[in-house]
Amino acid sequence: MIHIDLTDQPIDVAAALRTVEDDGAGAINTFIGAVRNKSTGRPVVRLEYEAYDSMALHQLRKVAEQAVEQWPMLKKVTVIHRKGTLYIGDVAVVVAVSTPHRAESFAACQYIIDTLKQVVTIWKKEFYEDGDVWVAAHP
Amino acid sequence: MNLKIALFGIAREIVGQSALEVSAPEGQSVQALLAGLREQYPALGRLSSLAVAVNNEYAEDGATLSERDEIALIPPVSGG
Repeated sequence: MIHIDLTDQPIDVAAALRTVEDDGAGAINTFIGAVRNKSTGRPVVRLEYEAYDSMALHQLRKVAEQAVEQWPMLKKVTVIHRKGTLYIGDVAVVVAVSTPHRAESFAACQYIIDTLKQVVTIWKKEFYEDGDVWVAAHP
Repeated sequence: MNLKIALFGIAREIVGQSALEVSAPEGQSVQALLAGLREQYPALGRLSSLAVAVNNEYAEDGATLSERDEIALIPPVSGG
């Protein structure tokens, strides 16, 4: 069972974890991406996330489906990504998966967050005291 | 035909608007569309990557575009 969301509201991590609970799952693995106070040594004030919503939701679902194909023992997968303005410490993304045993839960969780970063149509702009940059835009 | 192209992130900022209408010959390829846009907006050519999405999927260079497609320009993504 796959649960995907893209939201401009704060992510309720505890609620996200509950969505992957399963009687057959002995392992629940979670990745929480939070806003860091520095980027390549430069103090960060805030981030702004922008999304191409329909494609981001579609691609997030595809990534989750690919994980289920690769690890058929996956019971449940939840991916929630935030958009809008975020400040230091805010949760930007939560990936949670449940599996019977732990090894596959680590692997699937890592696959999902790594692939999300490569394909999902979400853009992050970092704001510093003295300027701003679209992350990864230039070589 | 007229293609409507949605713009996001730095591509939206470079062009200065969130959507573009481009007139193109029937059967215009993704590659040709990109070449035209890079010529008109040279800053697009300086990005680490620039993809085209058609109906919520990444499109290959050789794919052909139609007026009915939902087209978007995808600068380097940076979610997570």
